[in-house]
Amino acid sequence: MRRREAHPARTAWLVVGGLLVFMLALAACGGGGSSGGASGSTEGELQKVGKGEGAVNLISWAGYVEPEWTKPFEQETGCKVNNKTGGTSDEMVELMKTGQYDGVSASGNATARLVAAGLVDPVNVSLVPNYKTIFPDLKNQPYNTFEEVHYGIPHGRGANLLMWNPESVKPAPTSWDVTLDPKVASKYKGKISQYDDPMSIAEAAVYLKFHQPDLEIENPYELNEEQFDAAVSLMKEQQPNVGEYWGEAAKQIQAFGAGDVELGTTWQYQYFALQEEGAPVAASPASEGFLPKEGATGWSDTWMISSKAKHPNCMYEWMNYIVSPKANAEVAEYFGEAPAQSLACDETANKNFCTEYHADNPAFWKRVYYWETPLADCGNGESDCMDYNDWVKAWTEIKG
Amino acid sequence: MSAEAVAAKRPVSRRLTGLFHGRPRLQVGALLSGPLAWLVVLYLGSLTVLLITAFWTVDPLSGEVVQGFSLENFESLFNEPVYREIVWRTVRTALLVTLTDAIIAFPIAFYMAKVASRRGKALLVVAILMPLWSSYLVKVLSWRTMLSQNGVINWALEPFGLHGPGYGLTAVWLVMSYLWLPYMILPIYAGLERIPNSLISASEDLGAAPFTTFRRVILPLAFPAVVAGSIFTFSLTLGDFITVRLVSKSQFIGTVIASSITNDLPFAAALALVPIVVMIAYLAVARKLGAFEHV
Repeated sequence: MRRREAHPARTAWLVVGGLLVFMLALAACGGGGSSGGASGSTEGELQKVGKGEGAVNLISWAGYVEPEWTKPFEQETGCKVNNKTGGTSDEMVELMKTGQYDGVSASGNATARLVAAGLVDPVNVSLVPNYKTIFPDLKNQPYNTFEEVHYGIPHGRGANLLMWNPESVKPAPTSWDVTLDPKVASKYKGKISQYDDPMSIAEAAVYLKFHQPDLEIENPYELNEEQFDAAVSLMKEQQPNVGEYWGEAAKQIQAFGAGDVELGTTWQYQYFALQEEGAPVAASPASEGFLPKEGATGWSDTWMISSKAKHPNCMYEWMNYIVSPKANAEVAEYFGEAPAQSLACDETANKNFCTEYHADNPAFWKRVYYWETPLADCGNGESDCMDYNDWVKAWTEIKG
Repeated sequence: MSAEAVAAKRPVSRRLTGLFHGRPRLQVGALLSGPLAWLVVLYLGSLTVLLITAFWTVDPLSGEVVQGFSLENFESLFNEPVYREIVWRTVRTALLVTLTDAIIAFPIAFYMAKVASRRGKALLVVAILMPLWSSYLVKVLSWRTMLSQNGVINWALEPFGLHGPGYGLTAVWLVMSYLWLPYMILPIYAGLERIPNSLISASEDLGAAPFTTFRRVILPLAFPAVVAGSIFTFSLTLGDFITVRLVSKSQFIGTVIASSITNDLPFAAALALVPIVVMIAYLAVARKLGAFEHV
């Protein structure tokens, strides 16, 4: 019998074909698996905090999880803290989707999305003893309580700051017009530092709410098409004056320190870091009860527990610990925000801290617009507001 | 004792040898399956998944990916002028970087291949490869520092009353041209090395001026190598986003993909197909120009 010749090319194609089929089958299985996850958590909240699992994996804003207060926690509970810093809320939501984390310090523009996607579980607040003494105006808020179910423990709140270099920006600004009014801002062309996030559109909305009352903006995150277009076009006019869009705190600190940018939106965290470096910076100091005259966007953060948490007991321990008077005072002073824990005010190193940051002054927070997820349905029953997708698309357009 | 029982007693290695003996197709198949699995599953496989994902959408509230078939992503890609502008900006920069690198690389490669001594040649190769030893990120961050307001570039230009480019598109062009230059020099060097010196002598003997020799002899022979090098510089620029973010505020295809990944994965997938299409077109042109014939 004649032996058949080996046919490399044909063999190769057979192998390729086989593998392709295998891979598509694999992709199909994988796809099927992930689509089932959307319906999410039906298991509900924990009933009893048991023994710690030895570790807890957190996603947090820069400055929220620092050795000063995680070391005592680790010693107390035996839960080793593994922290991953997120630069933006979008990034945090994405990280939560991996299912590798037990919890997240979510801002208001992430919480609704996390709940809707079933990525977080309700929190049984009776298992968090320190919850009782949290400031009442932080409880049962639309960004942490959904259909009367608690989805997290308030951490702290603050306003986004206007920061500037006092050597070049004179006189000290009292309004966002230095970054947003094209006539004023063009003086600082190429020197403006803007947060690289769709939430920045709300800054324009806060500005317009004050300066163009005829637009009738109520909530800067609930904008109808006309209001939204006005805010977007203001941001588009700002674009040529922007020197840099910053997506992570470190980048802004570096640019400010090097003198490449001279004014813009920031967080207390960068402001403190730059002060420590000895860089010439000034900011609308929340500590003196001062916001730019329009008010400001801000945040009120919530610790949430992942629906796929591998260390739920440690996460509950963490949620209770981070709002314990001492730890909450430490993180609040480190980051520069108002603590959520009312008893934290007795523990701060600076005895006037809570007064300076208006921790117990609900009237002050009326002018601070906490980040929210923009939804089409904005409470008027008409679903005519621009949703987060529109905000994201507009943000790409603004940057051009 | 039956034949099967005897076979079962043989050690596994012997039985495996027996299995492959006289079966050349099996031999070739087993040999190829490893590398092919790598290529197919990891490269072509992820491209297929990318293509499929591009037709999905996301739920606006939860950000969950909704599987199904929709042309929505491609519609916004084509209809919204901002994306056309971004694609064009990226391609334009990639072409500019390629051209710049070709112009800088050619004389260096020519010197290495035809003029330098053996020792000089070795030193130059090391000098060109050396930047590749340090991390990409370190190089880009150094450029960010150098281009800064108070950076070394402005410091050096100041005595002449000049000012550096600062951050922006010019900076992107500058940094990319620096980063990818070795990838252009090496193929051209290899291409020029293969041109026999006798051809150049012959051209001179026949009375061609040096420039004519360059234009009519060297350039046509080295051109496929230039095109091969340009594939690197072009594709690397096309896909980069870190440099763009660190030294400019502009949006490139890469930066939009990077920021879309977090909240609109299917759109990011659709956008990621753009550089693939551009590269296929580029490779088709390169093939026409003979880039794959002598390399």
